[in-house]
Amino acid sequence: MVEKPKVAFYWCASCGGCEEAVVDLAEGILDVVQAVDIVFWPVALDFKVKDVEALEDGSIVASFINGAVRLSEQEEMARLLRRKSKYVIAFGSCSHLGGVPGLANLWDKQSIFNWYYHRAPSVASGGEEPRERVEVPEGTLELPAFWDTVKSLDQVIDVDYYLPGCPPTPKLVAAAVQALLRGDLPPRGSVLAGTRALCHECPLNETKPEKLLLKEIKRVHTVQVDPSKCLLAQGILCLGPVTRGGCEALCVKGNMPCTGCFGPTDEVRDQGGKGIAYLSSILDFDEESDLQRVLEAVPDPVGTFYRYSLPRSILKRTREVKEHA
Amino acid sequence: MKAEQEFQPKIVAFVCNWCTYIAADQAGVTRARYSPNVRLIRTMCSGRVDPQFVLAAYEKGADGVLLCGCHPRDCHYREGNYKTLRRYLLLKRMLAQMGFEDGRLRLEWISASEAEKFRRVVEETTEQVRRLGPLRGNGGV
Repeated sequence: MVEKPKVAFYWCASCGGCEEAVVDLAEGILDVVQAVDIVFWPVALDFKVKDVEALEDGSIVASFINGAVRLSEQEEMARLLRRKSKYVIAFGSCSHLGGVPGLANLWDKQSIFNWYYHRAPSVASGGEEPRERVEVPEGTLELPAFWDTVKSLDQVIDVDYYLPGCPPTPKLVAAAVQALLRGDLPPRGSVLAGTRALCHECPLNETKPEKLLLKEIKRVHTVQVDPSKCLLAQGILCLGPVTRGGCEALCVKGNMPCTGCFGPTDEVRDQGGKGIAYLSSILDFDEESDLQRVLEAVPDPVGTFYRYSLPRSILKRTREVKEHA
Repeated sequence: MKAEQEFQPKIVAFVCNWCTYIAADQAGVTRARYSPNVRLIRTMCSGRVDPQFVLAAYEKGADGVLLCGCHPRDCHYREGNYKTLRRYLLLKRMLAQMGFEDGRLRLEWISASEAEKFRRVVEETTEQVRRLGPLRGNGGV
């Protein structure tokens, strides 16, 4: 019998939604399982790290790694899988750009620990900080180190391809797996999704005005969304024009604006910088006081424009970190 | 001796071809003296300055960035400077979230005839950023 190509899945700092996306292949997963041999998938299969270590270097055809890198253990696992794999695919926004966990880069380890283990209401009686080594009668217990900074996968290891999205859609996952199996892959470093902005594939694109000028930005929870009209035309800040397509406008179809999980298009280097340029060009005010008033609807520019990509921003937080919350 | 030890900030100034660039030229012609810390980058309009340019300037070692354009209602392209103002206000808020001090980004309208204002703005910005110290040492980029 011909040996089936080996595939591994791993998760780093993530919510588990990307694992769910694999399961969302539904019966499609049976085709995948038939075609490949899954050698490592902590969330679903009982293989251990030592099983991966025992494999020959480069013997895994592809490792799909989701989640950002926040802990020493995640970095070690990423390096191990890199060594064992021919291709590493950054799976999902967190792995691709740093993702939502990457917003923690507004703070550092100490300010996060101060809040979560000492000051938060749930630990107000005094919390215990996790320590990397704890001595107990039975011996020494070890925990992974918690880094100051959350990183995207490609800031830790070489990444061959990116599957964007929070999470990637089953369609894109299936297409990527098939491309891998056929050996029909685009140039290394490609993002395996659309190359144009989301608006091009949005069903509401026809209702988008030729020239967008907004007098007001509405936050989505304060309005009744008209599902037949471009959200921008309704004054809702949708990041479709500055976000890579490929998801087929899932959020917009659910009456929610695009928040940019596929990241920017190939031409853009910094998602947040581009987001600012975009919003600035559609505001229909010239007076500073008017602008300040409108911008109150965007109380958190970092969280709005870098929601999925702060670790990949050109900007890094300055040394004086503000206290959390 | 003291002057040698003093921190010399790097300032990148994006200047509009139709106003501030001419003012800077004028400042040179009249032999106005101003700090050599500023590096001018001429753009056809302040509205050409994508926020990514500003971030890239910090990344490449700028300690402060100066945006200069035509006064309101004076834009050669009618509304480029208004776009600059909007970007500046948003970018400023984003930089503040990342812990950047207020003085590291400044917007000034300087017309072609305001060579003296150009000199003053460069001097003020240099001094202000000098007081703030190096950006990189502060972990900013």
